[in-house]
Amino acid sequence: MSRQTHQPSAVHPARQEALQHPRKGIVAALAGALILGLTGTAFGASGIAVTDKEVTVGQLHSSTGTMAISETGAIEAEQLAISQINAMGGVLGRKIKVIQEDGASDWPTFAEKMKKLLESDHVAAIFGCWTSASRKAVLPVLERDNGLLYYPTFYEGLEQSKNVVYTGQEATQQVFAGLDWVAKTKHAKTFYLIGSDYIWPRTTMKLARKYIETVLHGTVVGEEYAALGSTEFGSTINKIRLKKPDVIYAAVVGGSNVSWFKQLKAAGITGKSQTLLTLSVTEDEAKGIGGENLLGFYSAMKYFQSLNTPRNKEFVSQFKAKWGPTAPIGDVTQAAYEGPWLWKAAVEKAGSFETDKVVKAEESGTITFDAPEGMVYLEPNHHLKTRLRIGEWRADGQADIVYTSDYIDPNPFPKGY
Amino acid sequence: MNALLNRALGERNGAIGLAVLAVIILLIMPLALDIFRLNLVGKYLTYAFAAVGLVMVWGYGGILSLGQGVFFGFGGYCMAMFLKLEASDLTSTAHQTTPGIPDFMDWNQVTQLPMIWQPFHSFAFTVFAIIAVPLLISYVISAAMFKRRVGGVYFSIITQAIAAILTILVVGQQGLTGGINGITDLKTLNGWNINTDSAKYLLYFINGALLLGVIMVCNLVLSSKLGRLLLALRDKEDRVRFSGYDVANFKIFTFCMGAVISAIGGAMFTLQVGFMSPSIIGIVPSIEMVIFAAIGGRMSLVGAVYGTLIVNYGKTAFSESFPSLWLLFMGAMFIGVVMVFPNGLAGLYQSHLNDRVTRLLNRIKKVKSSDQLKVVKAES
Repeated sequence: MSRQTHQPSAVHPARQEALQHPRKGIVAALAGALILGLTGTAFGASGIAVTDKEVTVGQLHSSTGTMAISETGAIEAEQLAISQINAMGGVLGRKIKVIQEDGASDWPTFAEKMKKLLESDHVAAIFGCWTSASRKAVLPVLERDNGLLYYPTFYEGLEQSKNVVYTGQEATQQVFAGLDWVAKTKHAKTFYLIGSDYIWPRTTMKLARKYIETVLHGTVVGEEYAALGSTEFGSTINKIRLKKPDVIYAAVVGGSNVSWFKQLKAAGITGKSQTLLTLSVTEDEAKGIGGENLLGFYSAMKYFQSLNTPRNKEFVSQFKAKWGPTAPIGDVTQAAYEGPWLWKAAVEKAGSFETDKVVKAEESGTITFDAPEGMVYLEPNHHLKTRLRIGEWRADGQADIVYTSDYIDPNPFPKGY
Repeated sequence: MNALLNRALGERNGAIGLAVLAVIILLIMPLALDIFRLNLVGKYLTYAFAAVGLVMVWGYGGILSLGQGVFFGFGGYCMAMFLKLEASDLTSTAHQTTPGIPDFMDWNQVTQLPMIWQPFHSFAFTVFAIIAVPLLISYVISAAMFKRRVGGVYFSIITQAIAAILTILVVGQQGLTGGINGITDLKTLNGWNINTDSAKYLLYFINGALLLGVIMVCNLVLSSKLGRLLLALRDKEDRVRFSGYDVANFKIFTFCMGAVISAIGGAMFTLQVGFMSPSIIGIVPSIEMVIFAAIGGRMSLVGAVYGTLIVNYGKTAFSESFPSLWLLFMGAMFIGVVMVFPNGLAGLYQSHLNDRVTRLLNRIKKVKSSDQLKVVKAES
């Protein structure tokens, strides 16, 4: 067991400052007083914070900073799942207690808080992270301390850690089926690829280009990356007008998304005349972009809030009851909701909270969950077998599902790409 | 020799402050904290390098640099490049399209190690680069500005712009730099695993000793003729110039010194935290570093360390207790500090405690000398 036992410090650091410098220490003492209440969790023999009545888990998202707007949905969904599990009697007879930490949209902070959750709080599992950068930052800590992370975002793949369960789709699950659909229904031959300039769009576009050229026998007429946070798409839009691609294939993220779609509309490129398939717009983004700017464009996701099944309707009403009627539920929010439930299933199969036993259960290939999106299957490679859906955006910021694929096996390390 | 040491310690009052700091960093912290908290303090102390550098540049040189994160980043990235190359050996990267190069390069379709990365196979070169790269960059920036007599607010804005430009560059050149993710998953330094508890202890002490050493070097500079010139320059630049000094050279010297100090902190940051990313080199962290120095007192080298520790400690403590409200507490703390003691913690010490401490010391001295007198009398 690589986790050490908790040793309460003899002198609290804040107090110690206060002792050294009576007058300088006012602020530090205040800070210390606030956190003194945090110590004192009991640990089982396994080094994990679990008692006969309670098991402690961590939640690590950004509740402040630039990512807070995206991560709030995930925070809410995880808390909803945990409260539902607790209402059903908890996991292995223990109620789940949550310690929430703020990654503050800052990657070193994520690593620090992950370390705190694992080494000071000894949590049994962590639900958290959103960006790849934050996941990459916490990964070494997670592997060293042998923790468990449930990561909800669709991402680039190329990773498979025994300490992580990826409840979002990896790139191949999101890309291939969507391209098949657009090639078939829109008879598309020419594609214009545009993404934000970082690892996820780069990897996604690499897969897409290869698939378009070798499988669909189409052509990529342009491939472009905009700096993260960029809000100027004029020259890209001019090039698109010039090349007249059958499909614009987009993975623009964050604040750039808003400018991108508004400028497209201003340039007269709308869903009426142009097929656009994006990988980065969920209901959360749609709210910021404005449904009228998205009307008629398509998104490729595994989940849309409008999914018309009794299971999803139940989920949507539960979510709204807890977090208010206006909160949109996007793909990542739903994937985050799956985290605690999958963890519960794995723990119950393992009959233990110990990381190694839970990982073994996760890798058994028998963990499933009847999620709002439908049944999902946790594969031995730590990713979920799911379906892909194509949604057509309406003016009210919701999407009509126009296509649902068969189940797609996760393949985080695609060969030949 | 003795005189030199005395100057490095900062004369009598300075020596007491330095001794107290040394006891806190090297003795009390390691005894009182578990390894997780100690590692956190180690991380804070790397920021303290930047804050100490700012005391020199801003407090004494009168140059407000809003781009210290840039130099922190150069130090950190140089170290990270070395560690990443060591972590990317052929066996652990065997599944890549091009084995033997860092994983993020492989994801970005880079097929061979870029030229600029080649020398970082050598640890000696890396250590040299940690000092030389920020030195060169800071020299170019400051020479270009100060020789043309650009100063004050304009200089601050330009340093801030440089921080922004560098962030964009690092994020944009992701095949070369790891982009927004940064350089992650660092494991060993010349075969020595930096992620073990014993390594973390050792790194903490190296870090603490380096910081104290840097403060002593700064004391040496400040107590020399150069230090007095810097003060004169800050208060009446024109008079110094009219006295026949080439003002620009002195400003360049301080700025370069601040940059190198910052870079040492950056390198230690990478070693202790285990990765480097653009989020630590941009505008926001650069401004935070100024806040550390301001809270500690911008005229006090030791104060800057306390300022850094307290602000970061507050950040950690507030955010652990109030994950969604903590920024408001931080804001309140900054406003409070600036309103109540504008000269920072060191200013507070100067105005309230310094006299008492001096009197106490004098009394001890008197008692001692009268004791000696008695001994002498008794003997005779």
